[in-house]
Amino acid sequence: MTIHSPNRENNIRLRVNGGDVAIRSHPTRRLSEVLREELELRGTKSGCNAGDCGACTVLIDGKAMCSCLIPVAQAEQASIVTVEGLSQKPQPGTAGDPVTLSALQKSMLRHGAAQCGICTPGMLMAACALLEKDSTLTRSQIEDGLSGVLCRCTGYNKIITAILDVASPGASLPLPACGNTVGARIERLDGLEKITGKELFGADHVPANSLLVRAIRSPHAKAEFTFGDLQKWKTESAGIEAVVTAADIKGDNCFGVIPAYADQPALAVNQTLFRGEAIALVVGDENIVSELDLDDFPVTWNQQNHCISIEEALSANASQVHDNFKNNILIEGKVVCGDAGAALDEVAQIAQMEFETTFVEHAYIEPEAGSAWLDGDVLVIQACTQAPVMDRDSTAVILGLESEKVRVIPSATGGGFGSKLDLSLQPLLGLAVLKTGKPCRMIYSRGESMASTTKRHPAKMQAKIGCDVCGQIVAMQFSGDFNTGAYASWGPTVTGRVPVHASGPYLTPNYDARVRAVYTNAPPSGAFRGFGVPQAAIIQEILFDDLAIQSNIDRLKFRQINALADGDRTVCGQTPKGIGIGDCLDALEERWQTATLSAAEFNSHSPTIKKGVGVASCWYGCGNTAIPNPSTIRLGISSDGKLFIHQGAVDIGQGSNTVIPQICADALGVEIGKFELVGADTALTPDCGKTSGSRQTFVTGKAAELAGLALRKQILRMSNMGDSATISLEDQKLVIRDSKSAHSVGLVDLEPDENGYVIAVEETYDPPTTALDENGQGVPYAVYGYGAHIAEIEVDTVLGTLRITDITAAHDVGRAINPLLCEGQIEGGIAQGLGMTLMEEFIPGQTENLHDYLIPTIGDMPRIKSILVEKTDPEGPMGAKGLGEHVLIPTAPAILNAIRDACGARITTLPALPHRVLKAIREAK
Amino acid sequence: MNYFRPSKLSQALAWLADNNAGIAAGCTDLFASTDSQYLRKAKFENLLDITAIDELRQINETGDGVSIGSAVKWSEIVRHNLPPAFDGLKAAASEVGSVQIQNSGTIGGNLCNASPAADGVPPLITLDASVKLSSVSGSRVLPLSQFLRGPRQTALNQDEILTTILIPNSSISGVSAFKKLGARKYLVISIAMAAVRLSLENKLIKEIAISVGSCSAVAARLKNVEAILAGCSVDDNFHSLIKQEILQQDLSPIDDIRADAAYRNIAARELIIRTVEELMTGGNAN
Repeated sequence: MTIHSPNRENNIRLRVNGGDVAIRSHPTRRLSEVLREELELRGTKSGCNAGDCGACTVLIDGKAMCSCLIPVAQAEQASIVTVEGLSQKPQPGTAGDPVTLSALQKSMLRHGAAQCGICTPGMLMAACALLEKDSTLTRSQIEDGLSGVLCRCTGYNKIITAILDVASPGASLPLPACGNTVGARIERLDGLEKITGKELFGADHVPANSLLVRAIRSPHAKAEFTFGDLQKWKTESAGIEAVVTAADIKGDNCFGVIPAYADQPALAVNQTLFRGEAIALVVGDENIVSELDLDDFPVTWNQQNHCISIEEALSANASQVHDNFKNNILIEGKVVCGDAGAALDEVAQIAQMEFETTFVEHAYIEPEAGSAWLDGDVLVIQACTQAPVMDRDSTAVILGLESEKVRVIPSATGGGFGSKLDLSLQPLLGLAVLKTGKPCRMIYSRGESMASTTKRHPAKMQAKIGCDVCGQIVAMQFSGDFNTGAYASWGPTVTGRVPVHASGPYLTPNYDARVRAVYTNAPPSGAFRGFGVPQAAIIQEILFDDLAIQSNIDRLKFRQINALADGDRTVCGQTPKGIGIGDCLDALEERWQTATLSAAEFNSHSPTIKKGVGVASCWYGCGNTAIPNPSTIRLGISSDGKLFIHQGAVDIGQGSNTVIPQICADALGVEIGKFELVGADTALTPDCGKTSGSRQTFVTGKAAELAGLALRKQILRMSNMGDSATISLEDQKLVIRDSKSAHSVGLVDLEPDENGYVIAVEETYDPPTTALDENGQGVPYAVYGYGAHIAEIEVDTVLGTLRITDITAAHDVGRAINPLLCEGQIEGGIAQGLGMTLMEEFIPGQTENLHDYLIPTIGDMPRIKSILVEKTDPEGPMGAKGLGEHVLIPTAPAILNAIRDACGARITTLPALPHRVLKAIREAK
Repeated sequence: MNYFRPSKLSQALAWLADNNAGIAAGCTDLFASTDSQYLRKAKFENLLDITAIDELRQINETGDGVSIGSAVKWSEIVRHNLPPAFDGLKAAASEVGSVQIQNSGTIGGNLCNASPAADGVPPLITLDASVKLSSVSGSRVLPLSQFLRGPRQTALNQDEILTTILIPNSSISGVSAFKKLGARKYLVISIAMAAVRLSLENKLIKEIAISVGSCSAVAARLKNVEAILAGCSVDDNFHSLIKQEILQQDLSPIDDIRADAAYRNIAARELIIRTVEELMTGGNAN
């Protein structure tokens, strides 16, 4: 019998990955913490500490278990296998791969089953437990077996495919030959780290002797506060090195992603405006600070009147969120063309409705995390992010430093979807490091991440659309209020994007769309895949179904009649080229016929379960709206003949680390395997802007194309060869050949530049757009992408439950640089669209965890058929268009239209939880 | 905080008598309720971990019925060979959270945590389960309905361990099933759930036990519905027999983030009817 005591740390013996280790840990410490922090096996991830996400799954005696829920003493005498145990280390003296991957890992790579990679270790371990029992698995067995691991990126389909295919020969896909790289389904170039658990996410880099930073946050929606005796509290609490408040901020304690609307303090001063807002930092010894009861922190709160909903904020006696914004209106946006009001008086058919959506949480599996330290007089921050240069510049302003004195190294980012564009812990880490002079780490808890970071804007919208006797749209009016929360964040972008896009990709000659961003005391609403456009598309696409039915025109046909085509003017008066929405709708025709017929046949003999089919479209402008957003790519060749691409676009799982070199390889005319990737790192890579607005493949891709072409030109000039020549990089020289001759350029004698390159180019691309006039007329984007989905669903008309069985998604990507990654974006976007439609509802203070806030599990996903349409864009690199945000837009309206098709129920509030669906079914009867 | 993980029940009971200790088993609820790196149980100075006690990890068929140790994990219940009367319990076990949770979470922990949405409770109610509570001074047996007193409230005394769940022979007859309704497929707290156990004689319902969870403070036994269904055949129209109002006598659902009360009543009725119909048409209901 042993009685463990916390004061007397005990030797616990563990068997991990086949080896015996002894640790000195409290027996009730979470196994996940012991693995990560004591054994430094950080391939095991912590996403929630509650068993909700499964990222920490390990094998205990062959069984998949959440290591965050196991006190380490329970694992004594068991055999523990972590992701690090899946691949074999090389035997000394053997050549070849640095590690030998398991068949499962190879299959995951081959099928693009890892995007951001944060859930991958958990998925691998859960799959291992399954495969150990049975190597021939069905899809439903796989779903049961992986039920406990959440993925927010992939939509799960490729994970299932990878497990089904694990038995097939394990060869990696060969890299394509020179010149055939664009269009090839190559494995992601940064995939190895993701499937071996070696990738370093925000919580995985630990500078020696780091202190831990924790934030004190407001428990109230709006409150004034006063600190007690901080010095006394600090002195009485052993292990605390510093308490940081706004008084320690030397720069401007005000940030925002759009400088003109910066309004958010890094640490609040006297008053907080939302639940979860930080007021102070506690910095000290990791073991002590992590276990501090922050309820003891000396602060007194005085709650104030507040407003959370749009109605509350717009009511006559609403409390003001910010004194200088009257009636809580942050900003208004509009696009007007023709005379929609007058035109609607003349139409043959008219349809109108109101629709309401809720806060949606990004729910990436990696809560914000990072570390920071001083390198000389430069503050280095290594944290998860989508926007390293914005992080650097905003953090420098807050800290009162020159931008050059801050270096941001993006860690691997375990999902972002828009929320990691905004600052979160970067300035907090900076404050802690500057105050203590020591390296610091900060890791948000799941609750802290959900309470304090940005959300999708809830929208309260109304719209009216009319068409003529032929079904041609004549006019549309749209108005929407978007709940922007306590601080501006991307509210102005939403009010800009929504009216530009609310027509959908349809010719709408008379149009009036007005949008307001409304301040409330909710968490800031920011960017979330689509910047408000997915909300607006719902109401437009539902009304299109109304009009089609009223006009007695097939619903797909109705959309084909109205689809924008080259030569048409958009609601902004722009005439884009290479419009592919018609092609997308045409590509869905066959499925539409089959699906609608089979649903009707099924429904004729099924009284309770009814099938329904819905269709909806999207369009989405790539890049910033009507303002510059350049990207710069640097290529350099070293004297030993190595080729480096400085790629500053952050790959948050979407694949820019692979797609950008693919484009560059074909532009330059070398094999992709020759590229060595540098970055992203603000000290090493030129600015590629933010990973946002579906802009990286288009904008950074175009910069990569230009850089590849420029380097090619320079090399051909050096060798005096014509454009048909081939370039090969060899040891210390370049060899340029054509059909007649070969020319060699020696590299060792060339003078290296300041970056150490003997040959180098740097090219910048900024999309040609114009500012919009007071009616929103102009050229907001240089490139648009298009798409359309068919949703096939089953409604249980007695219980109001839904099953989405199939989604067929046609997307015009211009040129599919990497079809494998395109499919990954489509499947993942559909998962998020499905979640927003059926289950996701963030309620401040109530759903700040992943068991009350639901995102789709592997069992909630439909079969997905992706159709890649390639209508060349004259501006995009190799004809390519953006895709990342587009994919989510049609899903919700396609599902809602399918519900109505199945049972007549008209949903007007998201999410369509069973009780809401049932109510709508009963109202329809 | 002292932490003790004995291998014998007698050691556990003796230590519990001398120490103000909370009890830990699968830890799926304990760890989920704290951000701490360490197990903490509010108001207790010490923690007793019962997962190494072999006596509590057995499923035994005794002369009186079936006894399930409180530290038996859900996945062990799924795998154990048990009569068809336990199919509902097995179905509930395989819908607890996820595979990972089923490999950690225990049946006793599910009862002691006393959530109104505990998946294990409705099928155990239909099995007329009792719980054995032991302390150094002896043990007592309580029907499950008396053990569960309300949300997060049980009859367990500070010096007691829930050691065994007892299913009497009289309840190990017939067939059983369980249905859970939630807003997603896995890892979901139910909106409503129903468990039914019944046996047929000459194609008529001879005995029936029905329980509904997530629609009252503690999962309820629906005696009034049982009385209506007793003697029914599969050809009876259950929808007209079971009026919505009858359920309201036993259920008291609330509005929350997952559903409203009105919906829960509707869903409970439909889940019961479907479960009964399935058992009568598909099950081997002897």
